[in-house]
Amino acid sequence: MRSNFVRCAAVVALLGCTGAEKKPDETAGGDADAPVLLDPPVEVTPPPFEPARAASGPTLIRDAAVLTAAGPIWTRGWVRLENGRIADLGEGDAPAPREGETVVEGKGRWVTPGLIDTHSHLGVYASPGVWAHADGNEMTNPITAGVRAEEAFWPQDPGLERAVAGGVTTLHVLPGSGNLMGGRGVTLKLNPAREAAAMRFPGAKDSLKMACGENPKRVYGRDKGSMPMSRMGSLYMMRSRWLEARRYKLKWDQWRKKPYDLKDGKKTPTNPPDRDLVLETLAGVLSGEILPQVHCYRADEMLLQLKVAREMGYRVRSFHHAVEAYKIRDVLAKEEVSVSTWADWWGFKIEAWDGVEANIALLQEAGARAIVHTDSAEGIQRMNQEAAKALATGRALGMKLDENTALRWITANPAWALGIEAETGTLEKGKMADVVVWDAHPFSVYAHAEKVFVDGHLRHDRTAPAKAPWSDFEVYR
Amino acid sequence: MSLSGLLAATIALVGATVHPGNAPPIENATVVFDGERITAVGAGLAPPPGATVVDVKGRVVTPGLFEPWTQLGLVEIEAIDETRDDDAGGDPIRAAHRIVDGFNADSEVIPVQRAHGITTALVVPRGGLIAGQAAVYDLDATAPGAGLVNAEVGMVLALGATGGPSRSAVLASVRELFDDARAYARNRAAWERNQYRPLSASYLDLDALQPVLKGEVPLLVSVARRADILAVLELARTQKVKVVLVGATEAWTVADVLAKAGVAVILDPVENAPENFDRLRARADAAAILEKAGVSVMLSTFSTHNARKLRQWAGNAVREGMTHDGALAAITSVPARVFGFKDRGTLAPGQRAHVVVWSGDPFEPLTQVEQVYIDGRAVSLSHRQTRLVERYRMLPPAR
Repeated sequence: MRSNFVRCAAVVALLGCTGAEKKPDETAGGDADAPVLLDPPVEVTPPPFEPARAASGPTLIRDAAVLTAAGPIWTRGWVRLENGRIADLGEGDAPAPREGETVVEGKGRWVTPGLIDTHSHLGVYASPGVWAHADGNEMTNPITAGVRAEEAFWPQDPGLERAVAGGVTTLHVLPGSGNLMGGRGVTLKLNPAREAAAMRFPGAKDSLKMACGENPKRVYGRDKGSMPMSRMGSLYMMRSRWLEARRYKLKWDQWRKKPYDLKDGKKTPTNPPDRDLVLETLAGVLSGEILPQVHCYRADEMLLQLKVAREMGYRVRSFHHAVEAYKIRDVLAKEEVSVSTWADWWGFKIEAWDGVEANIALLQEAGARAIVHTDSAEGIQRMNQEAAKALATGRALGMKLDENTALRWITANPAWALGIEAETGTLEKGKMADVVVWDAHPFSVYAHAEKVFVDGHLRHDRTAPAKAPWSDFEVYR
Repeated sequence: MSLSGLLAATIALVGATVHPGNAPPIENATVVFDGERITAVGAGLAPPPGATVVDVKGRVVTPGLFEPWTQLGLVEIEAIDETRDDDAGGDPIRAAHRIVDGFNADSEVIPVQRAHGITTALVVPRGGLIAGQAAVYDLDATAPGAGLVNAEVGMVLALGATGGPSRSAVLASVRELFDDARAYARNRAAWERNQYRPLSASYLDLDALQPVLKGEVPLLVSVARRADILAVLELARTQKVKVVLVGATEAWTVADVLAKAGVAVILDPVENAPENFDRLRARADAAAILEKAGVSVMLSTFSTHNARKLRQWAGNAVREGMTHDGALAAITSVPARVFGFKDRGTLAPGQRAHVVVWSGDPFEPLTQVEQVYIDGRAVSLSHRQTRLVERYRMLPPAR
């Protein structure tokens, strides 16, 4: 998909991307009346320099307990990985291994989908955490929707190898929450590479990181004496930019529909409107191409954000942190907004004061889409434990929560929040071969991710520790 | 099982697997406490006549957990300054800063931790070079003295990277301070008559340092890098002070030295990444390595609002190779022993009845806390969060 994206990028501004293989000069160039493109056309992203990865070899995991996160839990089953995909899987006896197939003996092991974190700052707040590595918050303007986490991401962050060792195969790297609209987040797969572009989840949409509440008013109002000083100011600034974005999108839509002037029956091509990277991102949200991920703690503020989204014509994909989501879980379920939150963080600031351990379980009970996220280089190493804690809290309240449901908090539900649920997040035939083999039940504190496959590649193997660290920084290890 | 009527009567918990905190588990055991003290612990003991018998068959019973590094009672909301009393501010030498004078036993943060089995905590000031004096509390505001066990458990000193003055300069200032404190003690009369040389700290600080210099109270030294740990050991040797290492990320690299010197450490068992240049050799199995070398290991979350993760943290230490008994000791009997509380930290006759009943292995996230006793009193497991859940269980909320 991506290569097609790039191939047609040169013509997308004029024709939209139809996938038709037309050379640029057949449509625009070589014609005296062709418009002069003042800016690069929208959404031209050159391909990674990193050569494409070789396809993974075939692997058969057998005689393991299999938790699919798609419903079925088999006490004994098998999963076959081939060409980066789950080729097949089933309950009971595995088929005979094929020639050249790597066999993983799963006796006493548990198999789950790779875990997915919707909220990570790995790479943009890399270890060691020196000031020079603080690249996640462009706190010079409360609205910096045009910046991209991908372009600050340091692929040598030592946290990445530790995340994969915790069973994580996909993570969404976000700008921080100092700004109202902090920039674009990017979904990455945990395949080591020399550049973020080569780690991009193929076809995944970018996100827009937004933030309400204390952080922007602290960073700007309290610390700089500038707007927003208050939540009123925050909402005003957000709304104002959305209104601009609507006009911006309208201009582009009109030009795309009619990229010419009509005079005396003759069409004269016209220049496209000017590009504005902030408004381009917001327009992407309005057209559904970019998913809004909204940092918001308080229930009343989440309701306000839903109102603004309705006014402006977009849908919030996930509220992040959202420690008060349980107070409005009926609304969140009805509006189909997912909630990315922690199992137990609370109280560090006043908008987190009403956090409860039962948040996730209460959301689940109401039919809302609950997600365990981490926002932490430590937490991302034990997402399974975080899900288990949330499960325990729900059970203590008498809820009948099963393991499949709790597993979905760290697999299928985050996949949905990132718009990649058709590709990963459950063990189903045809999905990406993002698979974890655990050496104990994943909801046990003693469980290690023993083997972690990303796109079928064995990226972590506790039984055969890597001789060298992923990160160049750690060559001393 | 009803907890009503269990106040300070003789209580016998019968049939559980008892983890005493300093010894291997005892199956099918009985724990008896009569008021605030434990009177008997053993396999198959018959409850004494008249005791209230609580059937805890299939459950696990441990001592109350001891969080050895937290700001509980000092910090209500981290980002709201007026709810904080952990940092004395001003001069970097704050030896006279006693957290007991600002401790709030009624903090709403405390019951949240207690509901996860934490009954005792070392409450620690922050900030400056010498932050002040840490105190130990039992987490029960209704206890005599609001739970205060000891107001002067340790003097908190933070070393390592400063981003400002060099480490050598900082250590020189510590040595100067200690020398001045000794000189002040020797020449107090002259100082009172204003006939003595200038000193590097206020008389309150110099007074407060005397128990440290006599070896009666340990210096609790936050330190991470191996070179800095060795510098602390040298400081302890030359100044003849007792030290406990806090954080101690790279302590595992000198485990044998620490064992030989009898220096205890407080570790964060999930610290495994090079978060800064003092911690490049962080590793997940540091606690296991230190335990094996014979070092007294305590485990901490270094957290206030989530000190409740202590049991999970201990479980992670076990996952990385620490023994289960060792990890439990690291959050019960070891801190009690290191800080000198002979009647806390284990389940044995004569001990304070700080007791937790768990539905299973306390380190497993799916395990629930069922009962918590402090000084033999069953304490409530409800708190701000459980009340909010009650309020919002039905929507719109009941008011």
